[in-house]
Amino acid sequence: MSANTVGTETGRTPYLTTSNLTKMFGDFTALSDISLEIFEGEFVCFLGPSGCGKTTLLRAIAGLDIQTFGEVTQGGKDVSNLPPSERDFGIVFQSYALFPNLTIRKNIAYGLENRKLPKADIQKRVTELLELVGLISQGNKYPAQLSGGQQQRIALARAIATNPGLLLLDEPLSALDAKVRTHLRHEIKELQRTLGVTTVMVTHDQEEALTMADRIVVMNDGVIEQVGTPLDIYRNPASAFVADFIGTMNFIPGKANGSAVLQMGEVNLDCDPANIRETGDIMVAFRPENLLVQEGDKKLPNSFEAEVKYMEFMGAFFRVDLVSKQANGKAHIKGDFSINMVRRTGVQIGDTITVSIPQDRVSVFPGVN
Amino acid sequence: MTDVANTSLLKEVKPKSSRDDWTMRGFMLMIGAYLLIALAFPLYIMLSKSFESKDGVFIGIDNYIKYFSTPALFNSIENSVIISVVTMVITVTLAFIYAYALTRSCMRFKGFFKIMAMIPILVPSLLPGIGLIYMFGKQGYMKWLLFGETIYGPLGIVIAEVFFTFPHALLIIMTALAISDARLYEAATVLRAPKWKIFLTVTLPGARYGLISAAFVVFTLVITDFGVPKVIGGQYNVLAVDIYKQVIGQQNFSMGAVVSVVLLIPAIFAFYIDRQVQKKQVSQLSARAVPYEPKPDRSFDTWMMSYSSLIVLIIVTILATCQFAALVKFWPYNLSLGLQHYNFDLMDGGGWDSYYNSIQLALWTAAVGTSIVFTGAYMVEKGRGFGAGRTAFQFLAMMPMAVPGMVLGLSYIFFFNNPDNPFNFIYGTMAILVVSTVTHFYTVAHLTAMTALKQMDKEFESVSQSLQQPFYKMFLKVTVPVCTPAILEIAIYLFVNAMTTVSAVVFIYSYHTQLASVAVLNMDDAGDIAPAAAMGMMIFYTNAGARILHTVVSKVLVNKTQAWRQR
Ligand SMILES: Nc1ncnc2c1ncn2[C@@H]1O[C@H](COP(=O)(O)OP(=O)(O)O)[C@@H](O)[C@H]1O
Ligand SMILES: [Mg+2]
Repeated sequence: MSANTVGTETGRTPYLTTSNLTKMFGDFTALSDISLEIFEGEFVCFLGPSGCGKTTLLRAIAGLDIQTFGEVTQGGKDVSNLPPSERDFGIVFQSYALFPNLTIRKNIAYGLENRKLPKADIQKRVTELLELVGLISQGNKYPAQLSGGQQQRIALARAIATNPGLLLLDEPLSALDAKVRTHLRHEIKELQRTLGVTTVMVTHDQEEALTMADRIVVMNDGVIEQVGTPLDIYRNPASAFVADFIGTMNFIPGKANGSAVLQMGEVNLDCDPANIRETGDIMVAFRPENLLVQEGDKKLPNSFEAEVKYMEFMGAFFRVDLVSKQANGKAHIKGDFSINMVRRTGVQIGDTITVSIPQDRVSVFPGVN
Repeated sequence: MTDVANTSLLKEVKPKSSRDDWTMRGFMLMIGAYLLIALAFPLYIMLSKSFESKDGVFIGIDNYIKYFSTPALFNSIENSVIISVVTMVITVTLAFIYAYALTRSCMRFKGFFKIMAMIPILVPSLLPGIGLIYMFGKQGYMKWLLFGETIYGPLGIVIAEVFFTFPHALLIIMTALAISDARLYEAATVLRAPKWKIFLTVTLPGARYGLISAAFVVFTLVITDFGVPKVIGGQYNVLAVDIYKQVIGQQNFSMGAVVSVVLLIPAIFAFYIDRQVQKKQVSQLSARAVPYEPKPDRSFDTWMMSYSSLIVLIIVTILATCQFAALVKFWPYNLSLGLQHYNFDLMDGGGWDSYYNSIQLALWTAAVGTSIVFTGAYMVEKGRGFGAGRTAFQFLAMMPMAVPGMVLGLSYIFFFNNPDNPFNFIYGTMAILVVSTVTHFYTVAHLTAMTALKQMDKEFESVSQSLQQPFYKMFLKVTVPVCTPAILEIAIYLFVNAMTTVSAVVFIYSYHTQLASVAVLNMDDAGDIAPAAAMGMMIFYTNAGARILHTVVSKVLVNKTQAWRQR
């Protein structure tokens, strides 16, 4: 990748930008040359494995830990070196960070005070916010008396109380259990849509990012790997890292010779020329759910034979482990078979079946050597 | 991904500091300046005085040459070290067994034993010396136990020092034993290791940092202590008393400064080792998980209970002896009771006024000290940027621990008694006593505050800033209320120590600011031992009362203002 720049959507001015942002901790480069554009009202997720620099980037945007080099602008204003108190954002942390000795109402009112607002208006706004997050009956309790999910909703209410132009969320759901997490995911998204507030959320959970974000910024080792809509990133991962990190991907060694046909062992795969950006030793990549099984005699394109080594029941489908002598004697291929299909065809461990990869579902990445 | 190179051409971002940042730095600088004036500058002046003659002429290391060629002086080094090491071994052993009883046995009345073991903290170190004199001195009622040995000298010093240092060692060792991991014991028991083997392979190694730390704390306390050897040391010279003799007895301030420097060296050394060990223990603490639950064992529990009872009996006996001696008319000839020894106004030492002065000093020290220490700790822990300043502040805050009270007091004479010093006006007032006491006990209070502050979510400040609220709102509305238990703990610590300290104030009190602890010293010096015991016990009752009040207030406050702690 040359520059980590988001493709500029012509005609719109971004609300938040970072340009060539670099953050050093001593000799260690936590972020290198991050350039991003985020538009008004967008919900953007920073997604990547733990330690890749997501929080560091978020804190630089907030001014909590200012970057070593580079610029940040918000609303057309250069805020690169401003302290947090001179920027315009609300923030929510994984730990909730609710003030334990203040009631819920006082927590939410905290940011509304010292702004020359009449007391009555503050109380009205607090009530409004409590209604918005559905906790109107809890106002006089203390944070420790609420569940984790409720506390996080209060933290959210406190962050948006002053109508900030930007909402920053650092792993807001990671401390919650799975059920609550899914529920709150929808609520946050819903709230963001209603308020239309530009939002940046940090997460290491791909599902969270895919379901909530308008656009995802995939990060790894302090650099941006790819920026795009969830569908875009899932369908057309820009690098092997992204392909592997988001969803599940088969990587099978192969060869590309410049034509639209790839060799995967003895198998020739037709493939969209647009997807072939490499030649020589490459990795053929496709997702398990795109592997088709030939039922009946009608021969599918791009097909080859494979032996079923193992079938793992995943609830909604079977994750099947295949080995194909034709494709590559050693590589294991993962396929997702629907329950219906398995019942129809009666596939079992030990069977040899014919599978195929649709032409438009094959991508190519540089080989590892 | 090759763009890092060109960043070197870019200009580094210089974060702009907000008004709050500047205000917080201002506070930190003010408290840092306080520590410079109350600690660093006086020490520096004292150091330079040790290179001057009596008349203030620079004479290089002549004073040191004289010191090391006068056996009466340099012999004290050996004496001090011997006393300190012997006390260290005895105290750590006794405290370890006591801590073991409290944490590893199922003996009854643990709460009672815990409280009783803390009693020595509440009295000036002069008091156990006085008690021992009544028990083992020329007319002591248990003199026969010594088989002709004299209590005046190393024997008496060591016994009294063990009494005085016992609770300090106990607290540290108990913490170390409390954090050891139950899983190790389970594993050892499953492997059928015998009890003594578990003790040697699991218990002792687990508590080793606590033991080392306790040893150095005891060593420092003893080598810098002045009260015990002053009262019961007889002809046995030690460093801390030498300073006193040089300054008060012979008015030889330069030689006093030399002895101070000599005393600083082992104190700093012990302090340094202790800090290193403490760091290790902290990291051990966070990794540990399951607390150990002792199981009942009749004979073991009985042994432990007997041992603990014996220790408590000794502590109580020493104090009860003091109280009894203070009440009898004329020990040992007329044992009928009376209050004439409480007529302090008839003796040397400032009379009852010195007692009221002490209470005043303790209250001021608690109020002023707690505010300064907690504010300083907050600014250094939660401030943004200004890394060098924060590191320097931390260093200054840790320094007092390594400086013996006598040394601090002497350096105050040099520094504040100079008419050219703009702060000269506090000399001879209550203010200088408050400054000296706050400074002398700064480090422990600072560490208590830091521990409490570190336990608070570090994102509170981030949230507050993002909501554009000033830092003092956060500080007053959240930090202080949440840290109330720690703040009260600091206050009572400063109060109790201000009541008992002699060393930090003995050089700088004046006719109008005589203190109870110093009165104990002076009355004892003048041969009025019974009144000295009486005053010492007054200090004890005051401190015990303050402790009880502290417990009640803490409970009420926690119940009332901290309802949020309960679910
Ligand atoms: N204050 C700091 N000092 C030194 N290194 C840090 C600091 N904060 C973060 N790092 C390092 O920077 C990298 C990125 O951290 P972070 O942004 O927290 O990752 P994440 O993507 O999990 O949020 C990590 O390797 C982390 O160890
Ligand atoms: Mg993070």
